[in-house]
Amino acid sequence: MEIEDPRPIPEPVVLPPPKTEPAWDRAAVAEMELALRVRKLDLWYGAKQALFGIDLDVPKNTVMSLIGPSGCGKSTLLRSLNRMNDLIDGVRIQGQVLLGDQDLYDPKVDVIELRKRMGMVFQKSNPFPKSIYENVAYGLRIHGVKDTRVLDETVERSLVGAGLWDEVKDRLKDSALGLSGGQQQRLCIARALAVKPEVILMDEPCSALDPIATGRVEELIFELKKDFTIVIVTHNMQQAARVSDFTGFFWLGKLIEVGLTKQLFTNPTQRTTEDYITGRFG
Amino acid sequence: MSVLMIVTLVVFIGAKGLGYFWPQAIVQFETAQGPVMGEISDREPAHENEPERLQLRVANRDLYGQDFRWFQADEVKNPKLVADAVLVERLEYGAFIGWIRAVQEDGKVIAEGPGALPGVEQRLPKAHSLRSRIHAIEKGEVGDLNASLEGIRLDRRRLKSAPDEAKGKALDAKELDLKARYQQVSERLDELRKESQRVTVILETVDGQRKEQSIGSLIRVLPVNSMSTLSKLKVYMSRLWEFVAEDPRESNTEGGIFPAIFGTVMMVLMMSLVVVPCGVVAALYLREYAKDGWLVRATRVAVNNLAGVPSIVFGVFGLGFFVYTLGGSIDQIFYSDRLPTPTYGTGSIIWASLTLALLTVPVVIVSTEEALASVPRNQREASLAMGATKWQTLWKIVLPGAAPGILTGLILAMARGAGEVAPLMLTGVVKLAPSMPLDGTFPFLHLDRKFMHLGFHIYDVGFQSPNSEAAKPMVFMTALLLLAVVVLLNFAAINLRRRLRARMGGSTF
Repeated sequence: MEIEDPRPIPEPVVLPPPKTEPAWDRAAVAEMELALRVRKLDLWYGAKQALFGIDLDVPKNTVMSLIGPSGCGKSTLLRSLNRMNDLIDGVRIQGQVLLGDQDLYDPKVDVIELRKRMGMVFQKSNPFPKSIYENVAYGLRIHGVKDTRVLDETVERSLVGAGLWDEVKDRLKDSALGLSGGQQQRLCIARALAVKPEVILMDEPCSALDPIATGRVEELIFELKKDFTIVIVTHNMQQAARVSDFTGFFWLGKLIEVGLTKQLFTNPTQRTTEDYITGRFG
Repeated sequence: MSVLMIVTLVVFIGAKGLGYFWPQAIVQFETAQGPVMGEISDREPAHENEPERLQLRVANRDLYGQDFRWFQADEVKNPKLVADAVLVERLEYGAFIGWIRAVQEDGKVIAEGPGALPGVEQRLPKAHSLRSRIHAIEKGEVGDLNASLEGIRLDRRRLKSAPDEAKGKALDAKELDLKARYQQVSERLDELRKESQRVTVILETVDGQRKEQSIGSLIRVLPVNSMSTLSKLKVYMSRLWEFVAEDPRESNTEGGIFPAIFGTVMMVLMMSLVVVPCGVVAALYLREYAKDGWLVRATRVAVNNLAGVPSIVFGVFGLGFFVYTLGGSIDQIFYSDRLPTPTYGTGSIIWASLTLALLTVPVVIVSTEEALASVPRNQREASLAMGATKWQTLWKIVLPGAAPGILTGLILAMARGAGEVAPLMLTGVVKLAPSMPLDGTFPFLHLDRKFMHLGFHIYDVGFQSPNSEAAKPMVFMTALLLLAVVVLLNFAAINLRRRLRARMGGSTF
C-alpha cells in the first residue's frame, strides 16, 4: 500500500454550500441527526500508516458512498467501523468512531453487541453453505432466538426487504449456493437486515455482479435508506452518483473531500477530486 | 498402477481363499501300503531328480494323526472317484473321509448299508437344533448364573471388611437360590446332551478302521462325488456363511471368525470415537487459538514425529501407561475387592482402542488443520460481522465446513488403525476370547474384556497353529475379510462425507 503523500495534508473538510440542491440544503444537513461520527481516526498496519486523521459524519437514513482509487483506505475505514480490523494482526488504531453516542473503540465496548448494530455486506457474496432460510436466520440463532414463529417472520421480512422473497419463497430449504450471483448478494443483504442493524456497511457490493443484478441492488439500497443508514464503498463513480446522498473521496489514506453527492461530482472543491472524477488518474 | 496392484492383491487372496469352501472330489488310490482316499490338495511338479508329488487331504486326524499326506505320483495307482464316499464335517478332529456304514439308536441299528446315508441326513436337522439349544443355554442362562454367583462372591469379600449379619444372611439365601437354579439348568443340559448322544453313526475309513460317533458332533455329511453343482453351491454358501457368522473351533483352524470381525469393527469404532474429538480439538487449538510461538512449533514437531513412531512402541506405551498405570489405578480404586484378579489392569478393548487412537491422532490433526484452513475466510468474516462470537463461528460455520476434511482424516485413521496388529498384541488382543465385548449380560458393553482381531487372527492361524496346513486357506480368507471390513468402514465414512458435501452444495475439499 502506497501511503507516502508528497502533497501537504489538506485541511479538514467542511461541507461547502450547495449551489442548487432542492432536497438537501446545508442548514438541513447541519441539523440532521448523525448516525455515525468518525473523529481523527488513524490506522496502522504494523509500521505502515493506512488512514490519516479521518473525520466523517454520516447522517441518519442517508447513503454515504466512499470512492477513491484502489488501496486508498476506503475499505479499511469501512472495516474499522465494525471493528473487523481487529481480526487482522498488527493493526493499531487511534481516534474515535461514535455510533450514536457510543465510542466503538472504548475498551469497555462489547464488540459482539456492536457488530449486531452494524450490518455488513461484502464485496464477494458469501452466503453460508446452508439453506436460504438458515442463512437469513443465522443472525437470530446465534443471538439465541429459538422461537420458530419469530424466525419465520424475520426471515420473510428480511427477504422481502432485500427484494428476494418472491424469487425464493418456494425454495427456502434449498441450498443458498444454488442461487445466482445477484441473488446471493441480495441474500447477504437480507442476512444483514435480519438482525435489524442501525447502519449497513457495504464493501463494493456490486463489483462481482452483472449490470442487471447491479441495478436491482442499487434499487434496493435506495429502498433500504428509509430504515437504515448505509455506508457503501464503491469503485464505480456512476454508482456512487446514482445511489448516494453524500460522497467522500479518499486518496492515499486521507479523506480529501466529502460532501453532497451531486455537488462533489459537479463542483468539487479540491483539485485531486476533480482529477479523479474526470478520469485524469485512478 | 495402483489400481492394478489392488486388483492383483484382491484376486490373489481371493483365489487362494475362496476355493477353500468348494466341496472337492474324493479320489481313491491304490498304493503299496493299501488303498488311500482323500482330496487332492496340492501338486508339486517334477524337478531335477525329484519325481512329481501329490498332496492328499486324507482327513481322519483322530485315526491317522495327520490331515495331509504327500505321495510320489508314481507310487499311487488307479485313481477312481468312489460314488458313495462321504466327507463328514465334525465338531472335533476335523473332517472324516470314508463311508457311513450304519446308524444306531440306543445301540440298536436302525439303518445300514445304502440306507445309512439317508438315515443320517434325515436325523441331522434334529441333532443341529438340539445342539443350538444346548449352546444357547450354556451361553445364556449358565452365563448369567455364573455372573450372579461371581457377584455374590464379591459381596462376601466386601462383607468381610464390614460385617453385617442381615446382609450376610440375605446373601446366603440368594446363593442357595442361585445354586438351586444352577442345578436345574445343569440337569436340563444333561438331559439334552444325553438326548443328542442317543443316535450314533458308524463310520468306516478306506483302510477298514471303524469309528462310532454321536450324530450331535456332525456338522455336514456330504457325498461329494455324487453331488450336483447346485448342491455343491449350496454347501459353498453355507460354509461361507458359517465362516463369517460362527465362532471358531479347533484352536481357530475351523469354524468361523465372527468374534474377530466383531472385535475389529468395535475396536475401530471405539478408536474413532476417541480420535476424532481429540484430533479436532488439538487442530482447533493449533490453527485457531494458539499464537505462533515456540510452544506451537514444538507441538507441531511432536505431532509430526508421533506419526513416525513405530507402532510397537505405541503398544509398549499402551501396556505401560494405559494397562498398568491407568488400569491398575482404576482397579485399586474401583475394583479393589476383585484383586488380585485384574479388571482393567490387564489388556482389554478399551486400552487397545486408546492406544490405536494415540497412534492415529496425528493423521486426524493434520487433515483437520488443512480442512480448517480450507474454510473460506469470507464466511468466517460474514459470521463475525453478524455479531457471532469466535466460538459460535467455529461451531456453526467453520467446523461444518471442515467436516468433510475431518472425515477424510478419520478415513485414513481407520484404515491405519484397522490394520495394526503389533500394538494390539500388547494391549488386549487374544487368540480366543471366551465372550465378546458387547453381549446380553448386564451392563452389555464390557470395556474391560479382551477381544479378537482379524489381523491377529491371521497371524495366529497362519503361524501359531498346530495344524498350519489345514489353516492355510483360513489365513487367506481372513485376510480377505479384513480387507472387506476396512473397505466397508471406509465406505461408510466416505458415504457420510458425500452426504455432508451434498448438503453444503458442493464446496471444495
